[in-house]
Amino acid sequence: MAKQKIDITLQIWRQENPQSQGSFQHYSLSGISTGLSFLEMLDVLNENLTLNGQEPVAFDHDCREGICGMCGAVVNGRPHGPEPGTTLCQLHMRHFKDGDHLVIEPFRARPFPIERDLVIDRGSLDQLIQAGGYVSVNTGGTPEANTIAIPRETAEQAMDAAACIGCGACVASCPNGSAMLFAGAKVSQLALLPQGHPEGRERALNMVKRMDELGFGNCGNERECEASCPKRISIRHIARLNREFIKAALFSE
Amino acid sequence: MFRRIGGRLKSNGYPEPCRRINHDPETHAHIMKLRQAILTSVGRKALMALSGVMLSLFLFAHGAGNAVAFLGSEALNSYAAKLHSLSFAVIFFECVLLAAFVLHILLGMSLFLENSQARPVRYQVERSSAQRTPGSRTMPYSGVVILIFIAVHLVNFHFTDRSIPAAELVRKVLRQPFYVFFHISAMAVLALHISHGFWSLFQSLGLSHPKYDAALKNSTLGLALLLSALFIVIPLCTLFIDEFLL
Repeated sequence: MAKQKIDITLQIWRQENPQSQGSFQHYSLSGISTGLSFLEMLDVLNENLTLNGQEPVAFDHDCREGICGMCGAVVNGRPHGPEPGTTLCQLHMRHFKDGDHLVIEPFRARPFPIERDLVIDRGSLDQLIQAGGYVSVNTGGTPEANTIAIPRETAEQAMDAAACIGCGACVASCPNGSAMLFAGAKVSQLALLPQGHPEGRERALNMVKRMDELGFGNCGNERECEASCPKRISIRHIARLNREFIKAALFSE
Repeated sequence: MFRRIGGRLKSNGYPEPCRRINHDPETHAHIMKLRQAILTSVGRKALMALSGVMLSLFLFAHGAGNAVAFLGSEALNSYAAKLHSLSFAVIFFECVLLAAFVLHILLGMSLFLENSQARPVRYQVERSSAQRTPGSRTMPYSGVVILIFIAVHLVNFHFTDRSIPAAELVRKVLRQPFYVFFHISAMAVLALHISHGFWSLFQSLGLSHPKYDAALKNSTLGLALLLSALFIVIPLCTLFIDEFLL
């Protein structure tokens, strides 16, 4: 059985505020239980720091069960750490060895300014959603649930795309800082369902335009996003976005 | 006097601006919209893919043409003579090809420059997942190497004395060991470039489906290797087989 307690050293990006110059600080932790989650390990570090009268490390988190999309940092070069299909909060210390050195950095991209330490501002993703990641629905009585038949396979695919939690790991892992997997998932989930069709063409055009304006890079089909997505969203959804965009650009009235 | 470019002179003596070809405001709006769409990241990637398709088709045609060399020097000479006799068609395709090249290079540069600005502060630890391939990693750089090769290649085979029969020209150029080494290295880089490009262009044009995704990925890789192997075998044969194309 693996060791129950491990000693690790940490190298964490510390930055006072968006304007200040950040730097890496070194910390060591001993006797970390392998049952702790990654964020709980950071909690332990912060308790130690507070007891010593130092500033705790600021990091984002909310649900801690992998569904809110709030947490996220780059651990040893991989967004959300080395485990595939896992958010940072669901990563556990049992995946690390005694004596490991962990470099923890914030997600880096031009549209993700650093607020403090590991906390970034992902407002650019919200702005991207505002450009078209929605459906306009008339208010009124609830429509009969099964009036529009949707094939199961299609519903499943839409659900796969809708699993996106908007954490920004795709942007963080992309060598070009592109948000195509995020935009692809949002366009895809709506393009697959009848409710998304009326605004489909405008959605594809507007979201891509907004994405460029926000300073994201261009997709290079490197597939890094797919590998780091905690929800394992496939780049097939990027292909669907490309398809929707080309259709809209050539054929929209 | 005023030069009349188009339209009448207005009463103040200045010419009226040239009228647009599209009077219809709706058509004009459509064209503006299309232009806007083309200039976005996805639009430029789609054009990158389309020009890539044209360049790939040329590579296949060029590879097939080169393969005539295996039938002997007479076959190659008569093939070359026949090709050059189609003067207008050749000039037309050369122009199309040049346009595709220029477009591919300019778009590639604009995408590369933008991408280099998308992450102003780099990561301390840069570790890629296994998904990134050597080809995808090096696209802009392999592109530059291919461009240099094409320039040298054109000087050797295109902008040269056309009166020399094709087979003789090939032997003249490809029996220099140093040049053959350069040629083969460049073809290896070409293989690297198209190992990513062939697949990537389908993705950029939105052609992806679980039914053929795996087959597409494998067959494009196989095709890239086959094509560059063909371009490598001919210089090797010319250099090492004394009777080749004699």
